[in-house]
Amino acid sequence: MAVVFEKPKALTDAPLHYCPGCTHGIVHRLVAEVIDELGIQGETIAVASVGCSVMSYDYFDVDCVQAAHGRAPAVATGVKRSDPSKIVFTYQGDGDLAAIGTAETVHSAARRENITVIFINNAIYGMTGGQMAPTTLPGQVTQTSPYGRDVNTVGYPMKVCELLSGVDGAAYLERVSVHDVAHVRKAKAAIKKAFQNQIDGKGFSLIEVLSTCPTNWGVSPKKALEWIESDMIPYYPLGVYKDIYAEEENK
Amino acid sequence: MGEKVLMKGNEAIAEAAIKAGCRHYFGYPITPQTEVAAYMSKRMPKIGGTFLQAESEVAAINMVIGVSSTGKRVMTSSSSPGVSLKSEGISYLAGCDLPALVVNVQRGGPGLGGIQPSQSDYFQATKGGSHGDYHNIVLAPASVQEMASLTQKGFELADKYRMVSMILADGTLGQMMEPVEIEEVSANQVEKPWALTGTGMKREHNIVNSLYLKPDLLEIKNFERFEKYKVVEENEVMYEEYMVEDADICVVAFGISARVAKNAVNMARAQGIKAGLIRPITLWPFPKKPLFNAAQHCKAFISVEMNMGQMIQDVELAIRCTRPVYLCNRTGGMIPSPDQVLEKIVEVNDGGAK
Amino acid sequence: MSTLNILYAGFGGQGILFSGKFVAYDGLIAGKQVSWLPSYGPEMRGGTANCSVIISDDPIGSPIVEKPDVLVAMNGPSLDKYENEVVSGGKIFVDSALIERKVERTDVDVYYIPSTKIANEKGIPTLANMIITGKMIKEVPELSIDNMDTVLSKIVSARHQDLLEVNKDAVRTGYDYE
Repeated sequence: MAVVFEKPKALTDAPLHYCPGCTHGIVHRLVAEVIDELGIQGETIAVASVGCSVMSYDYFDVDCVQAAHGRAPAVATGVKRSDPSKIVFTYQGDGDLAAIGTAETVHSAARRENITVIFINNAIYGMTGGQMAPTTLPGQVTQTSPYGRDVNTVGYPMKVCELLSGVDGAAYLERVSVHDVAHVRKAKAAIKKAFQNQIDGKGFSLIEVLSTCPTNWGVSPKKALEWIESDMIPYYPLGVYKDIYAEEENK
Repeated sequence: MGEKVLMKGNEAIAEAAIKAGCRHYFGYPITPQTEVAAYMSKRMPKIGGTFLQAESEVAAINMVIGVSSTGKRVMTSSSSPGVSLKSEGISYLAGCDLPALVVNVQRGGPGLGGIQPSQSDYFQATKGGSHGDYHNIVLAPASVQEMASLTQKGFELADKYRMVSMILADGTLGQMMEPVEIEEVSANQVEKPWALTGTGMKREHNIVNSLYLKPDLLEIKNFERFEKYKVVEENEVMYEEYMVEDADICVVAFGISARVAKNAVNMARAQGIKAGLIRPITLWPFPKKPLFNAAQHCKAFISVEMNMGQMIQDVELAIRCTRPVYLCNRTGGMIPSPDQVLEKIVEVNDGGAK
Repeated sequence: MSTLNILYAGFGGQGILFSGKFVAYDGLIAGKQVSWLPSYGPEMRGGTANCSVIISDDPIGSPIVEKPDVLVAMNGPSLDKYENEVVSGGKIFVDSALIERKVERTDVDVYYIPSTKIANEKGIPTLANMIITGKMIKEVPELSIDNMDTVLSKIVSARHQDLLEVNKDAVRTGYDYE
């Protein structure tokens, strides 16, 4: 019987603990497929963060270190500086990367650390049960914004790709989504480019992935996918926000 | 034997670390330890090492975690307020069983405090200092030579026990110069099969982690870690005894306070008072036995500290409160004088329960 | 000698710490135990600076000089602050170009040398510290000028080797000052 579909080698056999309809699983798979395709599994070191993906060290079949909340880019900096021949990536959520870890994110970009950052933006704190995130949309109801996010009192969402595009050190920034097949394909290409950049020594690459959280958004998986398209993408437009090498080539 | 050179304590720490094979340093400027970073920034690029001035103390300690998880010797240094910021990372290092060297060149506190020398982070250093059940090995140098030798010892112990070694110095020791001789020591004394070096597709993936969601597993992990701490307590206690054998009054002091106290002990002896000094070199593990033994013949103890009385609690515990323990202290960046300590010795010798 | 306690005091920028290092290294080369402890912090930037140097045959206890055998005072506030701390029979060196008043103590030996004025006249205004140090070496029997060349070559950084000769000249000038 011909095998038409199999699990990437860079994923372990551990069952994922993610909720039904959560797109973390898709992004895990994309990262693992890219690692397989680039043939870097034996050289890759993952840095897990704090949030729903905290246990990604059990899922990625590569050496892993689990970082404190927000500190993954600093830990990755240490790993990469220790052995620049290794491929080092962080896998972080929006609370981790864009709230408590904003300084580490911005400064690792500013240093053009040669690492790859996979940033899951699902507009909510998932693991702690659905509190307002730095990326929660204006008006969005969460456990800690029960009347909807009021920008007059709690301020505006963080647009990470836009923010980092003003940082000279950032080499590659792209926002993608995984709400349908076509976008999943594009997301994979972006993730692959972010790893290839590291292999080529091009420096800090960050891929922001718009992702679902049906459990904490309080909607069905299907509705969640639709909500990305209807509500998130208008606020967080997809696309390449920075590619310094493409910019150089165009000059 | 090499040639002795005059060096600042902070520089001696940096050079000793390099000679112990440390090639990665992450820091952030803060008085009075900045010379460590400055020295590293000069030397590391010339020997293929990494010097990185991080965006914060928090980032610096997490970079330390990154390097340590790959199995290499790594350090950071700071002064009191900066060490508070590093505390989170220190707990993670403990929880991940990662070795590292953390230097605290103490200044007066709490808060922003001052920049003059202090020993007021004794509790923070020896009682954990961050969240969770854990210990650091805490080494208290009292000379520039010891700033160097205990730095190297700190790396050795950190690797041996997979623990954080902390150098608990103070602004005086960091800023003063004394003759020092620094040896070259090997960085590869301990195998590190747990290190993240990439699987190379030849082994199972290694995971460096402090998360245990199942409480029974976390309990086992903590029990195991404390078994290791017992071994450290049995084997790694270091202290200096000075004229304790026949002493009536036992002065206890560490670091720069111990040097002041030694002057006072000499002055007391010149007056015919039988004073002696026990200087803990490891603050954790604390030298309980020599203190307990001294309590068999000393009628009283004096804890000399540059804080409001922190080590004094460990002295009382070590001697099981069988003798009175008096505090002789300055704080806020002030240093006790030999006269102040002598006065206390005389007073206590005269029966002084003042 | 058993222990010689030296306290240098003056303004930040007068080279107080450098002179102290010079004397400490001299002791080290002579095979003594030595310690050097600066005041540190913002006051160094133009405020008062001082530096404790101890040279001893025995291991040094506290590195802080509270009762100096030798005080080198390079400004008025320093003399005011430390004059009464000097041990009886000790020595005080006064930069008389910057300090107008006389030392009031009668139980110490006092040496007045207008080192800042001499330094300015010689075109080496930053080396008054080394001139007064030369005088101190002359008058303090525990110190010696014999190893001056070696000591200076140790403490003058490689970048500033051009300053070696002027430093020697400054020390020698102070040493020969009557």
